[in-house]
Amino acid sequence: MPERGDPLAPNPATTEGPESGADIGFLELETAGVPGGGLGEQQLLADDAAALEQRRQRRYLARALLRSPTFMTGLVIVLFWIFMALFSTFITQSPTDVDAAAILKAPSPAHWFGTDDLGRDVLARTMAGARTVLIIAPLATLLALLWGGIIGLIAGFYRGLTDEIIMRLIDVLLALPIIITSILILSLLGKSLAIVIIVIGALFTPVVSRTVRAAVIGEREREYVMAARLRGERSAFVMSREILPNITQPIIVEGTIRLGYAVFTAATLSFLGFGLQPPSPDWGLTIATERSFLPIAAWTVLFPAAALASLVVAVNLITDGLGRVFSR
Amino acid sequence: MLRLIGRRLLLMVPTLVLASMLIFALAEVLPGDVGRSILGPYATQEQVEQLNRELGADRPLYERYLSWAGGFVTGDWGESLLLKTPVFPVVMRAFGNSLLLALFALVIIVPTSIVVGVFAGLRRDSALDRGITISTLSMTVIPEFVSGVVLLYIFAVWLKWLPVSAMPPEGSPFYERFYYLILPAIPLMFLELGYIARMARVGTVQVLAMPYIRTAVLKGVPRSRVVFGHVLRNAMVPTVTVIGSQVGWLIGGLVVIETLFVYPGIGKLMVDAAQYHDVVMLEASVLLVAVVYMFANLLADIVVALLNPRIRKGG
Repeated sequence: MPERGDPLAPNPATTEGPESGADIGFLELETAGVPGGGLGEQQLLADDAAALEQRRQRRYLARALLRSPTFMTGLVIVLFWIFMALFSTFITQSPTDVDAAAILKAPSPAHWFGTDDLGRDVLARTMAGARTVLIIAPLATLLALLWGGIIGLIAGFYRGLTDEIIMRLIDVLLALPIIITSILILSLLGKSLAIVIIVIGALFTPVVSRTVRAAVIGEREREYVMAARLRGERSAFVMSREILPNITQPIIVEGTIRLGYAVFTAATLSFLGFGLQPPSPDWGLTIATERSFLPIAAWTVLFPAAALASLVVAVNLITDGLGRVFSR
Repeated sequence: MLRLIGRRLLLMVPTLVLASMLIFALAEVLPGDVGRSILGPYATQEQVEQLNRELGADRPLYERYLSWAGGFVTGDWGESLLLKTPVFPVVMRAFGNSLLLALFALVIIVPTSIVVGVFAGLRRDSALDRGITISTLSMTVIPEFVSGVVLLYIFAVWLKWLPVSAMPPEGSPFYERFYYLILPAIPLMFLELGYIARMARVGTVQVLAMPYIRTAVLKGVPRSRVVFGHVLRNAMVPTVTVIGSQVGWLIGGLVVIETLFVYPGIGKLMVDAAQYHDVVMLEASVLLVAVVYMFANLLADIVVALLNPRIRKGG
């Protein structure tokens, strides 16, 4: 925001974030004594310094993340699954090719993870199984952040009756467990990928809007918000250009938390039969359909299960690492 | 205390009414044509219209809602589209089975997570503490059907210690059922273990920092008495609080575990009703779960208030 060189919002960058500690406090002192309005070169210099500071802060955060073993482990695993989702079909055998001569064969050099009840290669299916979860979960999370962000901004910014009504409605939405509501909706609206994404996004919206609202309430009494209002900016402008940039950190953390839950929910829904339909190699679906072969051909179930577990744990490691670095 | 409960019960009424409206809207208004969404795209228009007449879906919306909600309160939950029998006894039988599983799971969850959490808290920042924290959190974030199939494989297929199914054969004595419920209950425990153990750990660490613990240790109270008399009791309050907030997850977990173990509970009933478009059965089950969920939250709040004298006496 200081990059815009706005003369009346001098130091939001210096008051934001956890890094606004001792090392940048001097900037605040320098600009605090400057009276509002009619600022020349000095203000611009201060803005430049603030922008520089913000860039340094970002570099610092990036370095801290790179040094966090939790974050890096999670990131490596997630990148592995993203790579497999994109390119596994070029590396492994086909995940859908049926081979009647090799049904329920145990792991061997020809099929490293064995074959399933239709003679399909389990390794190929396990590697390709990441695809649907990795499409559904991030998109659903983005939708939830978008809707929750808008609702939270409005509720937290206007307060009063608007806030009261929105929060009551959110309480009602939260009165139903998420899995139950999604089953109800998906059974009646059909089971396409887009509908699953929208439903998960919609059901995560209430929690996100609560977080955003709390962050907005923390910011709305700050000087820069008052300054923007006093100079007559429209509410939409104040919300989107003044407040929003200053609450990105809690939103990012909330987003990664929701991402973990979205992976969990997407996998659960496809396990229950409300996601994609066969012959998709989706992990949840595979575990549900191959479950009856567990006593005689455990590899058909255990490999997809281990893969799903690794992805879920990895996303949560990223969340944990981010949360730790941000709160330091 | 009584006034606190009364006020909470009164506040629940509008939330429940809105929730029932939401369920009704999702099930009957959102899909547009109820008959069409039940019969699918291949039914003829006459069939759809006939079903709509049977369901009363051709009446005005508010009338349909009022008769549905009124029926729910009086126990007339309508007739299942699939089974052609009244919904009420079917749902109640399934609900009883789920309740048994849920209570059995809770009986395992609470002591295990408290012991694990207190244990980690007593050895704060040791390798054991970190190991417990990481493994319990991993168990919590991994979907219950994943841990479920792995446990099924290890204990039922490989070691053969526990049965594969979740229901004993017809005619077995009642206590037999618990033996069959052990395996379904463990993944449910995993689901909650991370959160509850973490709260117990935090509670323990906080209590250990209190001056009265130092006093007790310095005056020579044996360590076991310090742990059981002071630490355990005070670490309970945050733990019970978080158990209450986890009821929603437990219900979601029940749906998944019942499907995995083919256990005839309300979760399995809902999944089946949803798969076969049995809207009447689905609506009734979902509303029942919503009611139970709210009462469970209230119950948790009451227990917390009972444990905390400031809330108990303050009213």
